Amino acid sequence: MSTTGTSAPGALAPRPRRGVERALIGLALVLTAGFVLVPLLYIFARAFGAGWGAFAHNVLDPGTLHAIGLTALVAVIVVPVNMAFGIAAAWAIARFRFPGRKALLTLIEIPFSISPIIAGICYLLLYGRNGLVGPWLMALDLKVLFALPGIVLVTLFVTAPFVMREVLPLMQAQGSEQEEAAVTLGASGWQIFRRVTLPNIRWALLYGAVLCGARAVGEFGAVSVVSGMIRGQTMTLPLQIELLFNDLNIVGAFAAAAVLTLLALVVLVLKAAMEARRR
Amino acid sequence: MSSLANIDAGASARPVRHKRVLPGFGLTMGVTLSYVCVIVLLPVIALVLKGAEIGPERFWAIVTAPRTFAALRLTLSAAAMATVFNALYGLLMAWVLVRCEFPGKRIVDALMDIPFALPTAVAGLALSALFAGNGWYGAILEPMGIKVVYTIWGVALAMSFTSIPFVVRTVQPVLEDLDPQYEQAAATLGASSFTIFRKVVFPAILPAFMTGVTLSFARSLGEFGAVVFIAGNLPMQTEIASLLAVIRLEEYDYNGASAIALVLLAIALVLLGVSNLLQARALRYKGATA
Repeated sequence: MSTTGTSAPGALAPRPRRGVERALIGLALVLTAGFVLVPLLYIFARAFGAGWGAFAHNVLDPGTLHAIGLTALVAVIVVPVNMAFGIAAAWAIARFRFPGRKALLTLIEIPFSISPIIAGICYLLLYGRNGLVGPWLMALDLKVLFALPGIVLVTLFVTAPFVMREVLPLMQAQGSEQEEAAVTLGASGWQIFRRVTLPNIRWALLYGAVLCGARAVGEFGAVSVVSGMIRGQTMTLPLQIELLFNDLNIVGAFAAAAVLTLLALVVLVLKAAMEARRR
Repeated sequence: MSSLANIDAGASARPVRHKRVLPGFGLTMGVTLSYVCVIVLLPVIALVLKGAEIGPERFWAIVTAPRTFAALRLTLSAAAMATVFNALYGLLMAWVLVRCEFPGKRIVDALMDIPFALPTAVAGLALSALFAGNGWYGAILEPMGIKVVYTIWGVALAMSFTSIPFVVRTVQPVLEDLDPQYEQAAATLGASSFTIFRKVVFPAILPAFMTGVTLSFARSLGEFGAVVFIAGNLPMQTEIASLLAVIRLEEYDYNGASAIALVLLAIALVLLGVSNLLQARALRYKGATA
């Protein structure tokens, strides 16, 4: 969602001939309709094609229902943890100078440049039976892989940078004068955070949390490696879609997909609302 | 996607004179470092250590084995096809969304965010069903002899869909900030619209455009969710490299999986470096014209 202000930027720039411009707009509209809009509509057409009753039946299928519950649980754990991490990282990086700041930033952003599948493989190699900490976990009888902890950990990895990315630029732009003033007035660290910092960053924080949550709910590749895909146990909603697809239950797959698509559309609306709010 | 350059530019412009007046350095730094070590660094180290265990000869043998080689070649060619399409389509969309007025523009602009908002498994499901023989598109294309599902075209299509926003969203802001006076000058001197675009506009947006293209290519190489639905995953034909790595894992061939994953990781890191360099250049350029 970007700036489509009242007067188009570049309105003063010389324009190509009317015909050329129309052809470009036409091409853009046709491609976007065919490539983006139609797939979006197709999801709902297939999910609701057999009527609302069939859709409800497919969503209320025990496997799909369990997947929805597990996915929600993962998001409920992952989002607060990454919000806390995002705030801590942004505070450390925005408010203090220390050697290796840039390196730390690069490290935090690594999950965005690593393919989720590779992330999953990394986790499997770390926590697997022959991995670095695997034998140690086995001795303690802790089950990480092919269970909830593994799914949560790999989702934490994939979504780690989201909150920090939104909060850090804002903290840097706002500067630390207000917080320094609070210090001179004798406020404690916690008071500064709650009364000064948090109100200042709340929209960016919320925005980052929404993006983090959306990704946590939709993650497929990384989770598929560590979940073990045990039916009725470690299937998140995106994995359930693939399971139903492979079982040739296409309508069921589309019903599950429609749930995620509705969620994605809600996220887009929230995103637009928050972007307007932040301006 | 990285805004490292951005963040740092903002930071150096505002030096903090009073060092550590504010509380919480120990706490936040401790939390950040431990979290980054446990969640990000340790798993990546596990992969690198596993890779080091293999030894260069075995590593080379795995990577050049026919099935691995075919998977890597397919992944790279499909990603290249997807990126070429996205480069042209993204440039067109950025141009149209910034420079043209038409009804429904805000909706089209919002649609550009759909591929990132939509979970990749959902995108894969929708595209594979659309292009299957009984889908809306497949029913038209297959009688014409064009098969998308279970071919490299399907792989490229899925990669392209999931990385649409990169070029659009990197070029759009630069195009918005572009000062129209150079284009006006060129027009006054009698340049045609195409010449203006080629000689004035394109050089200005080139760094941002290349950043978008690099990010798009990197994302396409790493895309998994959308591709596995549409590819059919036939060994030697439509099997992408990351899927082969997963298959090796399921066969308990941890060396094979690690070697393939390391190759993909190395490519991803090189592309990250390239995009960071390009972004730094783009910022410098923006600073010079603003």
